Amino acid sequence: MSMATRLRLENIVKEYPGCRANDGIDLVVEAGEIHALLGENGAGKSTLMKVIYGVVQPDEGRIIWNGHPVTVDSPARARELGIGMVFQHFSLFETLTVAENIALNLPADETRDRRQLEQRIRDVSERYGMALDPRRYVSTLSMGERQRVEIVRCLIQESTLLILDEPTSVLTPQEVRVLFQTLRQLAKEGCSILFISHKLEEVRALCDNATVLRQGRVSGDCRPAEVSATEIARLMVGDDTPISTQVGESEPGALLLSVEGLSWRTDDPFGTSLSDIRFSLREGEIVGIAGVAGNGQEELLKALSGEIRLSGHAIRFAGTAIDGLAPQERRRLGMAVVPEERLGRGAVPSMSLASNALLTASGQGLVAHGLIRYPKVRAFSREVIRRFGVRCVSEDSSAASLSGGNLQKYILGREALQNPKLLIASHPTWGVDVGSAVAIHEALVALRDQGAAILLISEDLDELYQLCNRMGALCHGRLSPLVPTAGLSIERLGQWMAGDFPQEVSDAAA
Amino acid sequence: MELLTNVLAATVVAGTPLLLVALGELVCERSGVLNLGQEGMMLMGAVAGFIAAQASGSLAVGVFAAILTGIAMSMLFALMAVTLAANQYAAGLALTIFGTGLSAFVGAGFVGHSIDGFGKLAIPLLSDLPVIGKVLFTQDLLVYLSLILFVSVLLFLSRTRGGLLLRAVGESPHAANANGLKVMTVRYLAVAFGGGMAGLAGAYLSLAYTPMWTEGMTAGRGWIALALVVFASWRPERVLLGAYLFGAASILHLVLQGLGWKSSTELLAMLPYVVTILMLVLLSWHPARTRLNTPLSLGQPYRPGR
Repeated sequence: MSMATRLRLENIVKEYPGCRANDGIDLVVEAGEIHALLGENGAGKSTLMKVIYGVVQPDEGRIIWNGHPVTVDSPARARELGIGMVFQHFSLFETLTVAENIALNLPADETRDRRQLEQRIRDVSERYGMALDPRRYVSTLSMGERQRVEIVRCLIQESTLLILDEPTSVLTPQEVRVLFQTLRQLAKEGCSILFISHKLEEVRALCDNATVLRQGRVSGDCRPAEVSATEIARLMVGDDTPISTQVGESEPGALLLSVEGLSWRTDDPFGTSLSDIRFSLREGEIVGIAGVAGNGQEELLKALSGEIRLSGHAIRFAGTAIDGLAPQERRRLGMAVVPEERLGRGAVPSMSLASNALLTASGQGLVAHGLIRYPKVRAFSREVIRRFGVRCVSEDSSAASLSGGNLQKYILGREALQNPKLLIASHPTWGVDVGSAVAIHEALVALRDQGAAILLISEDLDELYQLCNRMGALCHGRLSPLVPTAGLSIERLGQWMAGDFPQEVSDAAA
Repeated sequence: MELLTNVLAATVVAGTPLLLVALGELVCERSGVLNLGQEGMMLMGAVAGFIAAQASGSLAVGVFAAILTGIAMSMLFALMAVTLAANQYAAGLALTIFGTGLSAFVGAGFVGHSIDGFGKLAIPLLSDLPVIGKVLFTQDLLVYLSLILFVSVLLFLSRTRGGLLLRAVGESPHAANANGLKVMTVRYLAVAFGGGMAGLAGAYLSLAYTPMWTEGMTAGRGWIALALVVFASWRPERVLLGAYLFGAASILHLVLQGLGWKSSTELLAMLPYVVTILMLVLLSWHPARTRLNTPLSLGQPYRPGR
């Protein structure tokens, strides 16, 4: 590759109070190259990206753009240079249309003629195989379509370096394939791409070169197609962390939860209605629900946990209809929930771990005659910390002071210690380091082996394939059949995630 | 018929100060900034407008002074709530308390004075139309101005790039910043517009509605405006409707008293407030439609670089 160097970073240092997020990072991206930036959460990927895109300023180091040292003091400056960014949590405005969103980033004289702008959007999006209707409101678009808006926005501004932050986490496998085609076409035309990810197989399939970060430093450079995923994983996590869980077979027992024709209409324009959900769950099995975020996962979780209460008899738990029961009453029956948001729903950020134990475990003898028994609360909390290897100062530490992985272990441990009959976990390893993810998977399997039923809602297909006895996908508030994992190909699952599944549901285990 | 026409004409007059202050607050809130200081800014506008008009002998100078005073007050708020990212609720309440006190202090020597306020100005031809001519086209200059401002705000929000910027910043200042939009500038301008409009609304009270200064003469209109904006789901056309509804109810209470309605005046004086709120609560019943227009970042201080 005898191409010009598009971007060169030299010794980038960025320090936050109590944390050196970037500690002397060097990075080179050539013209027309697809370059991967790999690393665990907290390795410094996001900070480095923000430095390149001008969101934050580095404390030390140089940025050299097409051979010239530059100061990127704002995103607007970055875009002037030709640096485009596709954020993981999209920086789109939901109450505006596609064209309006794109217009906001263009000079005023290019947006005066709306019709012409709409035509430009259509031209660019069709040229790269990403069909878009400029007049739709962003709130009505799927995650994959929103990503297209962001990419088209960069392309219209003629970016020569495109930064993509975890772009595949919101896509179905088929959508990923289309995205990769687009990116390869762009690279062939000379656009450089910085692809940020922690999914090794994707990086191996797509990228020419990779830079791996660990704890704010470059831990290695490699050509991903030529090394194994395990070697890259070692660069990411270091030498002493286990990187996968061994999952034994399990023998599902009696029927525990059955859901028959669960429907619910949302009145939130950004929400999803549930329609005619049917599935069943047995003791001692893990059942997975895949799907792209925003397809009704949150609503389904709320309907099962009792945050949304229904009338009727759609949900039966151990033979009793629980549709109208409050979350606390469902807990008493033996249901436990680990929600997606750790801070805010799973735990109160400013309260101590011990106090957070009270949120769901008050039924474990922690309260007597309406008064809190603090010695018991502390003992319970210490037990969770010990049994689940939560790294923290003590049970008095605030929930917000823990890392994502440690807090998640604590929340899961709090539920597991109450010996639930049914545990519903939503994205339990989202944004969690590899070590904690392994611990969380082990805890789920241990709970299963004790005879509990587990419903696992996740976007991480590797996780689902590894842990689940049966799985299916949720799309637009409809649930596909749940079939044994061993017989479900990733292509088929991808179709299901896109809503392409038979309407009449044959529940394989029922 | 004559009575109805008169009542409607009076309705527009009574609704105008509310329309002005609420339009300003609507723009301000669309940028994600909640300014609870409307009452204070209005009172300062009213007293400044009155003093300036009396001293200079010119109503135009009075109006101008009122707008500038409103803007100055709002900048005080913007400094706290936008630049220093202080709690918007606390900063706004402080502004109201400050404005109430300061206006009473400054205006103490002017209580009981009176001036010749804005007179009616019939628009040729249009004012000859039946009913409408009297209601809409035989009014004072500030009423016409308020209608022009209403149409401008409506078009600005839906048709211009500036309106797009304003809505984007109000929905998500973080996304706006990531897109390279100038969040602080947009918010400052929105707050300043809100301040100017509150000042103008104050001037309408002291220079046109009742051309004199009395302490606390806004009588809670600043607060009603705040409620109005929320229940109008941040849509200008509903603000207009709500403001005139308030105007109608305040006139109705006078009419009822005039007809010898045997009820306590205190209860009747409550009427405009109760009717307006009730009506708007009913209008904003549809939660889905409301959410599409709600500035999601409302009331949240924005700190860049986080």
